[in-house]
Amino acid sequence: MADIAFLLLIFWLVTTTIDSDEGVKRQLPPPVPPDMEQQEVKDGDVYNVRTNFRDELLVEKEVLSIGELKDGAKDFLIATGTGLLHPERPNVTLGDDNMKYPERQWVRKVELVALEQSYIAAGQPKAAERVREKLTAIELFGSDYKELPGSALISLQTDRNTSYDLYLQVQNELEAAVNELRDELSLSKFNESYASLEERYGRTKEESLLDKIKAIRLVYPQRISEAEPRDASQGYY
Amino acid sequence: MGKFKKKKREMGAISTASLPDIVFMLLFFFMVATVLRTEEEMVKVVRPEASEIYKIEKKHLIRYINIGPPQDKRYGTEPVIQLNDQFSDVAQIRDWVENERLTLAEAEQTKMWVSMKVDQDTKMGVVTDVKQELRKASALKVLYSANSRERTN
Repeated sequence: MADIAFLLLIFWLVTTTIDSDEGVKRQLPPPVPPDMEQQEVKDGDVYNVRTNFRDELLVEKEVLSIGELKDGAKDFLIATGTGLLHPERPNVTLGDDNMKYPERQWVRKVELVALEQSYIAAGQPKAAERVREKLTAIELFGSDYKELPGSALISLQTDRNTSYDLYLQVQNELEAAVNELRDELSLSKFNESYASLEERYGRTKEESLLDKIKAIRLVYPQRISEAEPRDASQGYY
Repeated sequence: MGKFKKKKREMGAISTASLPDIVFMLLFFFMVATVLRTEEEMVKVVRPEASEIYKIEKKHLIRYINIGPPQDKRYGTEPVIQLNDQFSDVAQIRDWVENERLTLAEAEQTKMWVSMKVDQDTKMGVVTDVKQELRKASALKVLYSANSRERTN
């Protein structure tokens, strides 16, 4: 009897699934005030990803398969080189689709020190704090680095008839692109993957880990913006 | 009169050999009768797969929105939104967020997560509408529920 009982017990253990709460994390943008002005952005600074009702991808005016999206996004994020890992690349026009990389700019220690002082003098502690984060990053990397311009972002526009599966795959690939670049940089500079840094910080809340995480995020920020939904009848193709 | 000796009968001790069996039976009864899921799923959700998975540690901060075709075919086959055990309209989401927020401690109200369990064949239209409502309600932390898989190369 006990044997049968145990068999039953094991059967139950194996077949029961406890609902897990895992998935792709996203921070939605706050609602847009109606009177917000349209910002001018350089053509090369936006990586346009569109999906249509046939679950096809249009990336920078080119039809891509979902498998190709990650590498494209990585290319865009590396842009003209980080100054740390990826060598300088000319700001070229690729093919005939007129895609350009965003132009990364040098973040130099000498300039930052002066900038920090001026912010403190002007009574802007928050701005000074942001400069200090960059200084910490330079210290951790052991050299100056290049940052993406503030206007560089990946823009995602989804048709109302795209399937949710494709939408999630696109989100997932874009995040994978950022994560892979972050892992690469983290491994070469700190001998530890970015994922492991985050995991360890979650457990220990160690300040030094947070500094490393922030430094890597400065080089490879996660900037995925979802376009305000538009009515297809207004025509955006 | 014959001598009848009244035999005193000894009562034997009750065998306890079957006790474990009874305990196991009880155990099984409870195992079968207990439902782990706290809320009933009224829509069919086949979760998509993703590799960049995040796991929320504090489960009490999560509130769920289910979107998918109804389990019961009598309600049709078009995807519907389920909030707390009932089919709901997009317009109800803002009130729902407000109410759910009040169930959390004051210090944690800004940390609420909304987990969207959406069927993979759902069209984005309804999902976009829900997201717009969440933004208006300032529930900005969203988790798109997914099963984990390996990263593709």
